[in-house]
Amino acid sequence: MTTILDPTDERVPVERQVTTRTGSLAGVIALLDISKPRGNVLLDEVEQLLAKAAPELSVRRYSKPTYAKPCPDALRHQIRDECDYLVEALAD
Amino acid sequence: MSKAPKDFLLNDLSGVLHGFPSKRASLICFVKEDCETCNTAAPVLEALKKAHGDAVDVLVIAQSGEANAIFSERHTLSMPVLDDTSCKTAFEWDIESVPSVFWIDDAGDIKSHFEGFIRADWEALAAEMSNDTAQAAAQIDWASLPEWRPGCGSKHLDPSIHNKLRAAAENSPIHARQIDIASSDDVAEFMFDQGFSDGLPLVPPTPERVMRMLSGTQRDPQEVVAAVPPNMGEATVEKIAINAVMAGCKPEYLPVVIAAVEAACTDEFNIHGVTATTMGASPVMVVNGPIRDKIGMNKGLGALGAGNRANATIGRALRLVVRNVGGASTGGVERSTLGNPMKFTMCFAEHEERSPWPALHVERGFDAQDSVVTLFAMTSGPMHIVDQRSRSPHEIADTLGLGLDGVFSPKMRNIPVDAVLVVCPEHIDTLMKDGEFSKDALRAHIQNVTARPDAEQSVDAALRSDTKSDAPAGAKFASSEYIHIVVAGSEAGKFSSAFHGWVTGATGSLSVSKKIGV
Repeated sequence: MTTILDPTDERVPVERQVTTRTGSLAGVIALLDISKPRGNVLLDEVEQLLAKAAPELSVRRYSKPTYAKPCPDALRHQIRDECDYLVEALAD
Repeated sequence: MSKAPKDFLLNDLSGVLHGFPSKRASLICFVKEDCETCNTAAPVLEALKKAHGDAVDVLVIAQSGEANAIFSERHTLSMPVLDDTSCKTAFEWDIESVPSVFWIDDAGDIKSHFEGFIRADWEALAAEMSNDTAQAAAQIDWASLPEWRPGCGSKHLDPSIHNKLRAAAENSPIHARQIDIASSDDVAEFMFDQGFSDGLPLVPPTPERVMRMLSGTQRDPQEVVAAVPPNMGEATVEKIAINAVMAGCKPEYLPVVIAAVEAACTDEFNIHGVTATTMGASPVMVVNGPIRDKIGMNKGLGALGAGNRANATIGRALRLVVRNVGGASTGGVERSTLGNPMKFTMCFAEHEERSPWPALHVERGFDAQDSVVTLFAMTSGPMHIVDQRSRSPHEIADTLGLGLDGVFSPKMRNIPVDAVLVVCPEHIDTLMKDGEFSKDALRAHIQNVTARPDAEQSVDAALRSDTKSDAPAGAKFASSEYIHIVVAGSEAGKFSSAFHGWVTGATGSLSVSKKIGV
């Protein structure tokens, strides 16, 4: 990781960085269905592939009430508390 | 005795953490694996550990990374060898060389401290430990040990490591927000994406590089040099240093960049207008005085670009400060119709030694021994003025004058607009062939040779309000005072050049000179 100093007057937040990759898959992964049609089909496939590729990984499924609105705070907090990673499926 | 400098928590070779202070007395010794004197001291430390290890903590703090284990094995050390490869503890304890020994009592007070290997010091230490612990003294064959061996410099004093540690220390002069760029990200691409760049790649402003840059000035890093338009962002010395690093400056250029930022952000120079105008103006920097040669600026061959680091990066640093601290991005507040390459950088030194006239800064009221930066707001240039045929002073003066006829547009006469004429050495020689030809005489000649009494007087009303009255009818400039003259260039070539101004005066920009400090 390289650290640099902000050359600006610091009024604008710096864009968030990609989290450091660990190089392995372990822990709990959330699969979030945004409730768009057939999103669940994609996530079923992802779940099967994950089970083969990383059997030690445990998977939890969640779904948003509607794709048209942001994820409710309570659900976001639940996922944050229960999981280490999140895969969110778009659909169509 | 004084208190131990700082608590620490360091891993030993097996990854077990050891903290200081503990409730026991401690013998602490900083070492490097490749230091011969440390290797001389190691058996003594082991003997002290054997004699007193049940009553005191004996800790070796090693700076050599993986070689710490080699050091431990070589001397079959039984005490914890703690990893200080980052040298943070050595920095905080402010040691100078290794081995560096601290005998500290159970209250955390340093009872004795020394560096290197002076046998008498180590003997005294052994006696003191024996006395303090009321235990038998360590069995050491002192006669077999050298009387005196100098230590080696502690690794934390290596400039690159020291700068990094200073930047990270609690009392660091660095206050700017630190941005961690993930290792999966390309640093150069990240800086482009953040909008930090003028379009060219940047040098990453790491804390250690900025620390090094700050060594180029004696000014306090947190001193506010100027409020930079359009956002009126505070340009502290530190922020200027960060942008100077990105531009590729060396630390010794920093005072010039600071003076340039000061000059640009005056009400007279009006960097806001210079940046925002659709005409596309840019600062053109002329540097005078002893600093030119001290920092290796180019005043001769190729002075107006490119190839000289100081000229190129000082001009660029000013532009980056205006962009990043002031917030002037292209398409944002910067709205030039066409733009111009001087917006990347335009900075050069006057060839005072080749000039028959007082240098620009002397003409503007400074002492010849002062180092000064002068900023002009220019919209175009350098526009070459070619004359390889004229052999008399008046002929060459005619050419230089007519070479300025196109400022703004040949149609426009009596314009109250600055121009900077850069006369090359060969043209100077022709000009001076018959004796003195003063700058004022050249200015008057330019006005006379460009006078066109019958020409359509096409001057913008906004400009007209500033018009002075000393000009001949239809002359190019409203007054000869708008004509600034400097000398630069190599010995070979009959090619002078000119920069054409922007709106000069209170409604636009006035040239500003600032003395370059230390």
